[in-house]
Amino acid sequence: MSAAPRPKGAGRTDRFYLLMIVLPCAFLAAFYCLPVLNVLVLSVTEPEPGLQNYTMLAESGALHRILINTLRVSLSTTVLTLILGYMFALGISSMMPRARTIALFVVLASFWISALIRAYAWVAILQPNGLINGILMGLGLIDEPLKLVRNELGVIIGMVHYMLPYAILPIYANMSGIDRSLMRASRTLGANRWRTFWWVFFPQSLPGLAGAGILVMIFSLGFYITPAVLGGGRVVMIAEYISIQISETLRWGVATMLATVLVMVVVALTVWMSKYLKVGGGLASKGGKA
Amino acid sequence: MSGATFPKVIAWAVTCFLALPVLIMLPISLTPNRYLSLPEDGVSLRHYRSLWEDPRWLESIGDSLFVAVCAAALAVILGASFAIGIWRRGGMAERVLQPIMLAPMIVPPIVHSVAFYKGWAAVGLLDTYTGLILVHAMKGTPFVILTVAAALANFDPRTEQAARSLGASAWRTMAWVVLPQIKGGLLSGAIFAFFISWDEIIVALFITMRQVYTLPRRIWDGLEDNIDPAIAALGTLMIFVTVALMIAQSVRKK
Repeated sequence: MSAAPRPKGAGRTDRFYLLMIVLPCAFLAAFYCLPVLNVLVLSVTEPEPGLQNYTMLAESGALHRILINTLRVSLSTTVLTLILGYMFALGISSMMPRARTIALFVVLASFWISALIRAYAWVAILQPNGLINGILMGLGLIDEPLKLVRNELGVIIGMVHYMLPYAILPIYANMSGIDRSLMRASRTLGANRWRTFWWVFFPQSLPGLAGAGILVMIFSLGFYITPAVLGGGRVVMIAEYISIQISETLRWGVATMLATVLVMVVVALTVWMSKYLKVGGGLASKGGKA
Repeated sequence: MSGATFPKVIAWAVTCFLALPVLIMLPISLTPNRYLSLPEDGVSLRHYRSLWEDPRWLESIGDSLFVAVCAAALAVILGASFAIGIWRRGGMAERVLQPIMLAPMIVPPIVHSVAFYKGWAAVGLLDTYTGLILVHAMKGTPFVILTVAAALANFDPRTEQAARSLGASAWRTMAWVVLPQIKGGLLSGAIFAFFISWDEIIVALFITMRQVYTLPRRIWDGLEDNIDPAIAALGTLMIFVTVALMIAQSVRKK
């Protein structure tokens, strides 16, 4: 009784778990992969078969402007977010536990609050009769309102605000894994603070920094809400441009071509990022250790 | 790190920067004016009242809740099933299929909009609850996979084998042994998936028109024409709920 049914049961269990993998995959293939792959196909068949949509990438001045806008805003956002995020992580590492809990709570709260609501709040803060201009004019520091919104500055402020939690969490996770006794050893051996920081601490914090940077870049390149709300139509990035092609000018070929390029770039960045940040398994083991 | 006053100052500055939009919502929501402004002479609850009295806000909250609950339920079924299957079998399936299952997390939302606008038009799912729920469920599934995988990492597979060898069927083992062990992962996955749907705007802008009108779309419209302070009232309420849930969660963990 004990020996005979077991292999049979084990075989059935194997099929059971196989089914648990196959069914969600089939579901995703039908309702997700198919429509998304269709976009890639449309980019070479719409309006007629061929690569004409892709040659526009080299020829069209309007597209160049959009792509350069997107790159410039994304890079500025990434650099600023990394600098602020790194300093933040460094700062809270040396705080009292209670202060650190409060700072991290604010980061997490910010992470969970709707991007749309936050963009709305930034309009209220930055607009000509908003909070900042009101204070500056009330103090008599400026005579007419500064242009803080409906331009690139507003977009970058909003985007840095959105991206900071995504940068801080991996950078801080990496920093708290660095062995502090190495820094003490370096100091004992006669290196000063700067040297210890640059030669001992900083190199070890690079994987977190690189992973966070690529993650922020991935999200920035395809970002829609914040540029659309805070840019007020003046800072058009690739996502907003795609949406205009679909809802206003109905140029499906261009829209799907740009969407394809965006997917390719994002997938390439993700593969590169997986060298620094382990998604899935690594996340699980990290959670286990902490 | 010694001598870290400068980073500490920056850390507090960043904290204030992160908190600023949250802190500004409450005063704006109390303005007696019809336009976006800070209250100067007296406060008023009129924007909270308009939230309650204007049926469109309530309808949108209802739509959003319905879509988010269904999408989260579907995401939990798909994500948990996949994560448990991978946990027991691993190997090829894990290396090849896992990245594909996680793709909706990384693919930019605007690409989803293009894809589902075209795809759902072909099968008649545009502007339907089903259409939106399907997309939101797919966007939530990767988060469920990650949280359930994290919960399973702390769970000894031999427990499952023990249940099986003692004669429990696969279903019974799942319901009585595996699922109770990963309750926490399922719950955080469900919360993630709910929130992804509740907050999703870009796909909703493209694939819904009149029948389905979620809250983010209503907010988006409010941003488009004149910036309505009722959004600040709504934002304030949403922030209170979020912070309350976060505090409840951290208390529960302790």
